[in-house]
This record gives sequence, structure tokens and C-alpha cells, in this order.
Amino acid sequence: MAKQIPSDSLVVRALAGDNAAMARLMSRAEAGSAECRPALAQLYAKAGRAHVIGITGVPGSGKSTLVSTLTLKLRTGGKRVGIIAVDPSSPYSGGSIMGDRIRMSELVNDEGIFIRSMATRGAQGGMARASLEAVDVLDAAGFDYVIVETVGVGQAEVEIARAAQTVIVVSAPGLGDDIQAIKAGILEIADIHVVSKCDRSDANRTVSDLKSMLTMGMAVGDDRLWRAPVVPTSSVNGQGFEQLIECLGRHGHFMRSSETGQIRVRKIAEFRMLKTAEDLLRQRFTNARRGALAAVSEQLAGRRISPYQAAEQLLDGINLKGTP
Amino acid sequence: MSNNIRVLLAKVGLDGHDRGVKIVARCLRDAGMDVVYTGLHRSPEEVVAAAVQEDVDVLAVSILSGAHMTVFPKIIAGLKARGVDDMILMGGGVMPDEDVAALKAMGVHEILLQDTPPNKIIETIERLVADRGER
Repeated sequence: MAKQIPSDSLVVRALAGDNAAMARLMSRAEAGSAECRPALAQLYAKAGRAHVIGITGVPGSGKSTLVSTLTLKLRTGGKRVGIIAVDPSSPYSGGSIMGDRIRMSELVNDEGIFIRSMATRGAQGGMARASLEAVDVLDAAGFDYVIVETVGVGQAEVEIARAAQTVIVVSAPGLGDDIQAIKAGILEIADIHVVSKCDRSDANRTVSDLKSMLTMGMAVGDDRLWRAPVVPTSSVNGQGFEQLIECLGRHGHFMRSSETGQIRVRKIAEFRMLKTAEDLLRQRFTNARRGALAAVSEQLAGRRISPYQAAEQLLDGINLKGTP
Repeated sequence: MSNNIRVLLAKVGLDGHDRGVKIVARCLRDAGMDVVYTGLHRSPEEVVAAAVQEDVDVLAVSILSGAHMTVFPKIIAGLKARGVDDMILMGGGVMPDEDVAALKAMGVHEILLQDTPPNKIIETIERLVADRGER
């Protein structure tokens, strides 16, 4: 691709299916380039047709393998599938090693599949900073499904629930007891529960723990109209994927046709607006505070002022309306 | 905010020796780069498709099997066919000196052999990306 090609021309090529153009737009979105903002706005306006699926779960639960098998099954139905795979950045060097492609190797030689790896780069919540812009690129370019695979999350990284139409939470057998299953947090955000690695003998226990958690929810008056199904899968023998695709179809239909779905669409929009505003504020704050930081933190470290006073001093005199 | 340097590390063909490529991945990560590792036994076509989708600054192929004179021409042709002209192509591994010269003449930007210290790898990538400029 020619150097420094304008983002507007990349949009035309991306919409025509040019992988290199789609990829370059994602890089510019990730860099936060001002030049590409009108182009991203065009894509946002065209997006909104794809079924956006978030897949989350603890590290090693089998997310990448599930994405790989699920994508192959969706492809046999002729659908185009885009994948955003998020891996963590080093808190020390800022670098990363992104290895999700290793488990998605069967998906590479297929023009109906696009895979992009993204590093979190300080973003919290399990997604990368420009994950949702990358989803827009794929959505606008006509992919039927866009799957966002989060980093391996702990118990509280639930941001994906505010960005996807359908959230799949993957649980693997052998990690924790039935009390883990009734704790607050990640399990609550599932539209579909997948229990992976069901070729293993202890998988039934995990399935029944999850099911009894969901039954308990009903007993205490959870009146949500969608009841999250528990789907046992195995990428070794292919078990459960037909049921998973059926559940995805059913949930996609529920989201398109119900008031719950309309509310989710508005919540997703609201989340993106707030998130973008927060990013802008943080960027302006980081730029503006530069001179003041060292002096104030020295006073704070010497315990001459309190953290609250230090924060107030830092914020005083910063114009957050300025251009970043 | 600018992006980290993005590098795709690939192993191509019948070559199961991945200790070296993993060490390189770790060095580049610790130098603040984003590294996409494809795993073993990829074909040149798969590597090109992955590098394009990942929009990496550097496509680096590790070869210890002796197949470099077959693999690199295919990768160069694949990038050309997809209209990619601003990706830096590098090779690493064990190769005879005359092949290194031939590969560079073919369009491989740099070949770093098995005795290259980690700092040299990092410096080389940083220099090649800086020379290429913004894109």
C-alpha cells in the first residue's frame, strides 16, 4: 500500500473488501490519529448490521479455541466472520506478545475471515483502546459476525457486556466450586454460558453448578426475559457447537425484536460516548499536567500535603477544553 | 498517542525449531513492541495474509530448515500481489552468506543470523521502521 494514503480513500477500498485498507484504518484508529476521525465516522454510520459477539472468560478457559471452532462452523453456513483478539500489554515495557493466531491457524487461508490482534495498552476492562473502532471497520465492510475475544479476565472485567449484542462467558471445568458460581461479576454478564473442554470427565460438575446458579436467580425474582442457556462444548470432538450457533441465532433475534434489545443498543451507544469522552479527557489531562506533576508529587511523597490536596493542585489551572 | 512498532514473527514450513523465535518475541516485547506470533508450520501464503490483516510494520520470518530460498520469493510475491509496498521484510536463522546476499537483492530488507545479539535485533528493527517513516 502506498505510504500516507488518505483515510477517506482507505474507506472506499475497505468497503470494497480490501483487507490491507481495513487493516490500515484499524492501525490509525489505534494510534488515535485525528486525520482518520472523519473516515471512522463514515464507517460508524454504515455499521450496525453485524452481529457483534463478545467472548470472555478466565485465562486458559479456551476462548481462542472456541472462537476458532465457532468461526469454522459459521463459515460452513457461508457467513463472513471478523475477529478482534485482545491480548495484554506489559505493564513495564508496554510491549506485548499476541498469540491468539496460533490457535486460529485453520482460519487463515479464507478470505471470508479477518483476524486482528490488539494489545490492551493500559486500557482496563478486558478490551483494547480501539477495539470498537476495529469492530466498526469490519461491520461496515459487511462481515456478518464480528467476534471480540477479550483478554483472559478475572472476576470483574465486564466492559465487553457494554459493547456487544451477545456476550458468551466461557467457563472451563475444574476451576472453582459452586460458590464461585454465585459470586457477583463476570458470570452475571453472560447471555450464553459455554462450558468448554467437555471431553473432560469433570465438566458435568461445572455445567450443573452454573445451571443451579441460574435457577437460584429465578428463585430470587430475576425477571429478565432472556434466560442464559448453558452450552457444554468440546473443540476436540465438535460437541455443542450446533446448539451454540442455535443459541446465538435465538439471542440475536431476541435482541433485534425485543425492548431489551433496543435498550442494549442505546446502552452500547451511551457507553461508547462516555468511553470516548473519558479517553479524550485523560489524554488532555496527561498533556496538560506535564510540568506540574514532579513538583506536586514531591510534596506528596514528603507528606507535606495529602493525596486529595495534591490532586486538587494538579487539577487547578488545567484547561480540559483544549485540543489534545 | 502513537502506536508501538508491530512485528509479525512467523515460522514457515517443516521447521519445528521455535526456541529462537520465542526468545526474539520476548526481547521485542521487552523493548516495547507489539509482537504477533503465528505458531509453527505456516505456509508463505498464510503468513502474508496474516501480516496484511495485522498491518504490521515488520514481517519477520525465522527459518532453520534451509528452505529460505523457496520461502522468501513466495512471500515477496504474495505481498506484491496484495499491493503492499511499505512492509519491512526480515529473515532470521541459519543461512549461507551467498544466500543472504541473494535474498537482500531480492528485496528482503535485512537478514539476522543465528549469532545476532538481542540488542542488535531491536536496534535494526527500530532503525528500519524509522527510515521508512510514517505511513
